[in-house]
Amino acid sequence: MNTIIDFIANNQLMIYLVILMIFVGIELIEKVPSVLHTPLMSGANAIHGVVIIGAIIIMGEAENMYATILGFIAVVLGTLNVVGGFVVTDRMLEMFKKKKK
Amino acid sequence: MNLLQIIYLIASLTFIIGIKMLGKPESARRGNLIAAFGMTIAIFGTIFLYEGIQTSNYGWIFGGLVVGTVIGTLMAKKVKMTGMPQMVSFFNGMGGACAGIISLVEFNHILQQGDFLTAPKVKLAIIFLGLVIGSISFAGSMIAYGKLVEKIKDKVLPLQQVVNIGLLLLILGIAAAATVGYISTPNVLFLILVLSLLYGVLFVMPIGGADMPVVISLLNSFTGVAAAMGGFLYDNKVMLFGGILVGSAGTLLTVVMCKAMNRSLTNVLIGNFGGGNKDAGEGKAITGSIKEISKADAAVLMKYSKKVVIVPGYGLAVAQAQHICHELEQVLEDEGVEVKYAIHPVAGRMPGHMNVLLAESNVSYDKLIEMDDINPEFKTTDVVLIVGANDVVNPAAKNDPSSPIYGMPILDVEDAAHTIVMKRSMKAGYAGIENELFFSPKNSMLFGDAKKTLTELVSELKSL
Repeated sequence: MNTIIDFIANNQLMIYLVILMIFVGIELIEKVPSVLHTPLMSGANAIHGVVIIGAIIIMGEAENMYATILGFIAVVLGTLNVVGGFVVTDRMLEMFKKKKK
Repeated sequence: MNLLQIIYLIASLTFIIGIKMLGKPESARRGNLIAAFGMTIAIFGTIFLYEGIQTSNYGWIFGGLVVGTVIGTLMAKKVKMTGMPQMVSFFNGMGGACAGIISLVEFNHILQQGDFLTAPKVKLAIIFLGLVIGSISFAGSMIAYGKLVEKIKDKVLPLQQVVNIGLLLLILGIAAAATVGYISTPNVLFLILVLSLLYGVLFVMPIGGADMPVVISLLNSFTGVAAAMGGFLYDNKVMLFGGILVGSAGTLLTVVMCKAMNRSLTNVLIGNFGGGNKDAGEGKAITGSIKEISKADAAVLMKYSKKVVIVPGYGLAVAQAQHICHELEQVLEDEGVEVKYAIHPVAGRMPGHMNVLLAESNVSYDKLIEMDDINPEFKTTDVVLIVGANDVVNPAAKNDPSSPIYGMPILDVEDAAHTIVMKRSMKAGYAGIENELFFSPKNSMLFGDAKKTLTELVSELKSL
């Protein structure tokens, strides 16, 4: 129990940030037309690719075989998520054009 | 180090602004590029400025980035518009796997410093949670991918829901026990990994293919939370920021999608809609006769109409008929007919799927009318042309309480003077139920492949 209280006390800023972000996320999505649900999902998909930063950190800090191999795989998979995600989203949105006459 | 914090701050801002801009058709594309820019500076900032990154590992980092970029770009560029949903699912799975691997390596770091029982409890809990959520997201996304490419069939085991809930509780129980020190073998990590992967498979397995978009959206938010765990682990604000943002936005998006189908999330997750459960009721048996219409008659009917509404469905996507559909629209408009598209929120395999597809063939998006706006207009519509859609125009959703789709909002096409259903055969739609619209006296059937039939329809119209 004490660990939990200490954790909260030591990480107040982080916790405030999490709570605020939850509301920001909800606020951002609330009034989106269903036309854009797919691109939005795809865009959000690319953004959680930010997990790549963690992959770069473990790769960069790797000192043994285990960490090197897993780190390398993590960097590749994370990059797939980021690059693939943004490119697919861009391809979808490329097509949302106003009528040209 | 300080510069890196500023880079992270800017990157976090681009994520919020990016998502905000993605919510409007005019700014969506720029929004995506802005978020991509933020991601790029965050990645390179980390490589060059993060303390602890050894320059001797640069080769591995850049190698991984290059491999991932090449494969990712190729896959994303090559995929057909109809294959979009599974592509998103695939990339989502990659992110989940990445989060899981981070936990594996971090746990190993702890082991190298000594016994994991003496490690900070909070850190252990975060590592376990990251592993559990990441693995579920990875395994689940891969199954969803398999279902969308139709390699994996829906499968319901006996007592599946009980097994699933039991398994999830078991995983969380083991993780909690290991965190507080009741389990002392480090191998517990692999047990958690295997059980989480298994749970991911069992979780998605029984859910019907038609509900995959909702599942992908949910798994998307899971991966977001898994990424946020990494943020806690490294005290890294941008990971926390991006992860939580996607986690909450993704959850809400999931709920919004469910609402569009008039179903609750629980119902989607355990309802076995379109799955193996046949006791749910197959709806009333329908008797009556259907009538066919020739292409020439259909062409005449549409040419002398004032207003034609096209209802696209998955059949249009499968037949790749979006371009010829746009041509039909233009030919009719040249004849002075008003043409609109009625877009049901769940037409196709993903919300917005039809919009993406039709936009590809240059249909202006202001012609794509959402369900609530188009429904009152059907009364003044002369002809509704239904191209490869079925369940979304099935009146059983309104008037047959025994039907599995009862309660789902549908397009009120029966209000129009005529409906023409373009279909390959009399086969039932994704929900596996008959459609009484086909038997309506106002309806005619036009059998055949959507692309071929539309092409012939266009040439008939041109020769009139």
